[in-house]
Amino acid sequence: MQKDSVVGTVVVATLLCVVCSVLVSGAAVSLKDKQEANRVLDVKKNLLLASGILKDKKASRETVEEEFSKISSDVVDLATGEVAADVDAETFDQRKAAREPKTSVRIPADKDLADIKSRSKYAKVYKLMNNDTVEMYIFPIHGKGLWSTMYGFLALGPEFKTIKGIGFYQHGETPGLGGEIENAKWQSQWVGKHAFGETYTDVKFKVTKGKVNPSAQGSEYQVDGLSGATITSNGVTATVQYWLGQDGFGKYIENQVSAQPSDDQVNNEEETKQQEGEA
Amino acid sequence: MWNSVKKTLFDPLFNNNPIALQILGICSALAVTTKMDKSLVMCAAVIAVVALSNLSVSLIRNYIPSSIRIIVQMTIIASLVILTDQILKAYVYDIAKEMAVFIGLIITNCIVMGRAEGYAMKNGPFMSFIDGIGNGIGYSIVLIFVAFFRELFGTGQVFGITFFKLAGDGGWYQPNGFALLAPSAFVLIGLFIWGLRTWKIDQVEEM
Repeated sequence: MQKDSVVGTVVVATLLCVVCSVLVSGAAVSLKDKQEANRVLDVKKNLLLASGILKDKKASRETVEEEFSKISSDVVDLATGEVAADVDAETFDQRKAAREPKTSVRIPADKDLADIKSRSKYAKVYKLMNNDTVEMYIFPIHGKGLWSTMYGFLALGPEFKTIKGIGFYQHGETPGLGGEIENAKWQSQWVGKHAFGETYTDVKFKVTKGKVNPSAQGSEYQVDGLSGATITSNGVTATVQYWLGQDGFGKYIENQVSAQPSDDQVNNEEETKQQEGEA
Repeated sequence: MWNSVKKTLFDPLFNNNPIALQILGICSALAVTTKMDKSLVMCAAVIAVVALSNLSVSLIRNYIPSSIRIIVQMTIIASLVILTDQILKAYVYDIAKEMAVFIGLIITNCIVMGRAEGYAMKNGPFMSFIDGIGNGIGYSIVLIFVAFFRELFGTGQVFGITFFKLAGDGGWYQPNGFALLAPSAFVLIGLFIWGLRTWKIDQVEEM
């Protein structure tokens, strides 16, 4: 058989393709479990980093697992804001649920601030526990930036007023511009900012354009914009507003607030604000 | 025998450096050299891919029909790169995640294709493998040189260990933001070539 004949060419090409595809698919299949474990660990780590529980980005697998064991999670029905007891929080995969028509809902265009088209009916809420009291609520959020869907976590204090941290673990924004949503310095501005106005239906948080003027009215709801990345910044604002809003975790938050005991744990200021909201 | 092995292995380091003399593979030298750890992983990946692709191409060189030889080389290289990418994702996830698309882009690194077509098609498997290692190391030398200075001037650190304390953290060093941008690598590669040609005058092109 001549190697340059038509038959020869076809035979070589076919053999090469078979060998290469076996090699590639073999590697992909055999390494999948390990890669998946890495991905899961990465999400856990980002959750801990976003909420400020973990400071060191290079923390080992053991540290991450140990810290993560202090966190319990619930699956929440977003339409009612109630905890869905029939869904197992361990195995619940929100992204998978958002893809399947049975477990997802289309978001009407006028409510779709984060531009994600559809969302899972249920969503996971993570709670940092200290004995029996919740110290922090951590919400998984996602929304469109300029190029990509940005996935992250937003941590709120137990009274849901102040932000405890933010973190993004997956996105495809421009490195150096929109990609700066990963910048620790920028993220640190979020800590202590207020998410809600007078009532829990009024999400006031905003990534502003340019620098925040600390003496201006409403600065407690704002963080600096990312320079050169207005669309990404707007996307982050929309994502936070959507997920804390009534179509997102809003109902769950209201339920939690009204269930909280009104003894000395809750200070008076919080309480009056809450009543005004209900009135 | 030993002499020709030595020549094949060490020539690409300085005498015939793929980046500095052949001017191949510049793009990735700009992209991944902001940090030392990233660069080292990239170097290891490139050395593995060049060596193995040279070996495989050389092994089947007498059976490759000349009309489809580039496609055959490309397929082999692409498979090896995907393999490398999968292994990195399984074992050094953090770095693989940061490098994202650049590992995949080794496919387009001219050094790999250049050596397969220019050397492995004409030489035996063993020598081709050595040539791959040599060129991989030649590429690595430049990458590490560039990464060392970019990380040092850009962040005041090397391998994440602080050498110059940053002004922002109460030190004295004002980081050079330019060092973190891709164009700074051009300057550094230029300086590298300048240094090399001052040392080895025969590399200077005739005016």
